[in-house]
Amino acid sequence: MSDWESASAARVLPPARPRKLSKVPFVELADGRLQGVVSSGSDIERVYVSSVAAGSYDFACSTNNNRPCGGARGAFCNHILALVTEAVLQYGVERVARYLRVDAAGMDAQAIYSIMMGARPSQADSAAAAQVFSRFLRHLAYVELPATTAPLPELQWFPPTRVVV
Amino acid sequence: MRADLLADPVDGVDEVLVAVAGVDQALAAGLLRPQPAQVAGLAVLADAVAGSPLGARVAEAAEKAAAGAAGEEHFVSLAVARIALLGSVHDALMVRVGQATGRAPGDSSGSVAGGGQAENLVLAARSWLADLARAGWQGIDHDLVSGAEPVISALLPEPRLRRLAALLDGFAAELAASCPGSALERIPSRRWGDLWSRAMLLTLPGATEVPVGTVTGRLLPLGVDLHEHATAAQAQVHAVFEPADGGTPRLVRASVSAPKPDTIIGAGIWQLLRPHLSLLAAVSEGRSMELADMPITGEGDLLWRDEHARLGEPADPFATARVVLPAASALPTAPLDRHPARIAVPVFLEGYFAEQAGEALTFSLAGQPVVVDTDRVPAAGPLTPEAVATSNACIGLVRWDAGVFRVQPLAVETTVRKKVVALHAGAWAGGAVDKAGVKAEKAATDAATVLRERAGRLLRK
Repeated sequence: MSDWESASAARVLPPARPRKLSKVPFVELADGRLQGVVSSGSDIERVYVSSVAAGSYDFACSTNNNRPCGGARGAFCNHILALVTEAVLQYGVERVARYLRVDAAGMDAQAIYSIMMGARPSQADSAAAAQVFSRFLRHLAYVELPATTAPLPELQWFPPTRVVV
Repeated sequence: MRADLLADPVDGVDEVLVAVAGVDQALAAGLLRPQPAQVAGLAVLADAVAGSPLGARVAEAAEKAAAGAAGEEHFVSLAVARIALLGSVHDALMVRVGQATGRAPGDSSGSVAGGGQAENLVLAARSWLADLARAGWQGIDHDLVSGAEPVISALLPEPRLRRLAALLDGFAAELAASCPGSALERIPSRRWGDLWSRAMLLTLPGATEVPVGTVTGRLLPLGVDLHEHATAAQAQVHAVFEPADGGTPRLVRASVSAPKPDTIIGAGIWQLLRPHLSLLAAVSEGRSMELADMPITGEGDLLWRDEHARLGEPADPFATARVVLPAASALPTAPLDRHPARIAVPVFLEGYFAEQAGEALTFSLAGQPVVVDTDRVPAAGPLTPEAVATSNACIGLVRWDAGVFRVQPLAVETTVRKKVVALHAGAWAGGAVDKAGVKAEKAATDAATVLRERAGRLLRK
């Protein structure tokens, strides 16, 4: 067994990297999609729920009130560009490209976006939007969960790391 | 410290870890239709505990599992056997640490009452863990892993169940990022075996109950150890407690933890934890604290309540480490917490030569190298691997993982322009004052503000 395989504190996930949240408060690589929430520039009550599927790059973008995004008619909108850009900041370009199955070694967010767009992906229906939005709300709920001063010995298994895995 | 003792192998550990590897191998392939190799692995586990009170139960569980017919209670027995074995490794390692540091480990005593009825929520977690064991790490997929989400969401708001919730949350995130299991090139088998078995243990009623007393006296902080996964963080302050009645000083810890969104990182974690533990401010200011009737567990964990503490006199952690730490005694680890990953023994080192060879840093003490784990030093703080590599004195935690003892630095003294400067990993815990820290705090405040604003506007609709 390698040291990594026989280590209790083996690092499995790389640490998230800092990014500004004002434009894209939520982005994740989950459910076979790059998905997240983009705040509207004009209406603070409105957010756009956007996603791109790994592999096929099928995309969807709609508001939290289930209205279709005007920009995402037949092609990627600016919200999807913002999503890709912020995902690359948070997870690193390699991990985003690998997850989406874009062959973008040594590239940047713009390149990932262009390659996916060049594949002429089709527009998915808005079925995923409700699920993405509820995952965003679940994510936000973590802000309000209570702290505790009882020790959590299990977190000994989760040391911080300075190394990007 | 006797560094040579940390380098010598500890008798019996390798043999026990072979038995642990047996069950880990079984978990990798899953126990739905066990193959001969897995059956053999389970037999090794059962043999290893055959002479203990667990023997009969584990033998039965291994037999059922080998036939692909294990129920939840059998998986619990396998998990408990694995934990018992690692408990013995913990004890052997602690004896060695005691010899190296000259501090006898506290006598392990006390038992866990246990029994009672498990809550439905906890049973739901156990059911998911049993499904995981059947699928194996190579059989995980998104459907299976996401089955934990509703359970975790329901566990998290309840501080009483936080240990299980925080563990499952971190574990499930790793599994989700590793799906499908069939495509995994390598598997962190020791780690996932640990996480799975601990989670199983925590589903047993009474597993987290601990005896609690109170203490009054002076608390002298040594340093801060940080733990984090994407959606939880914990700061543990290691300190020496001097009882007001003049008794022997003791090694204690004070902890604060909270769930968090994955975008709260770095200085944002200190900001999140700070309001709930006044001790963090004392640490940043280099002060002691006076405790009055502060609750404490039998293993030396203060159950911090701000109203039982007030800010004390200035206290330099390096003075504490030099003068008080050598005389401090340790309390025994709680029976169910005995695991090598739980070992974190405060030590003070000086008179070493720091040697950097590539990525690896060692402190050479009387010609004997000790591996230094700078990767555990949080990025949001003034202590850097570079400072550790040029240090003259170090407050650290002795840890053990993957067969090696390491020292995790909590603070170092280093010489800058002929002056001795102390750098603490947790210096920003109570609030940063240096330029880099203030900038990090500002960015973290902005992120938290956005999330709170979004939560306020969208969450209750």
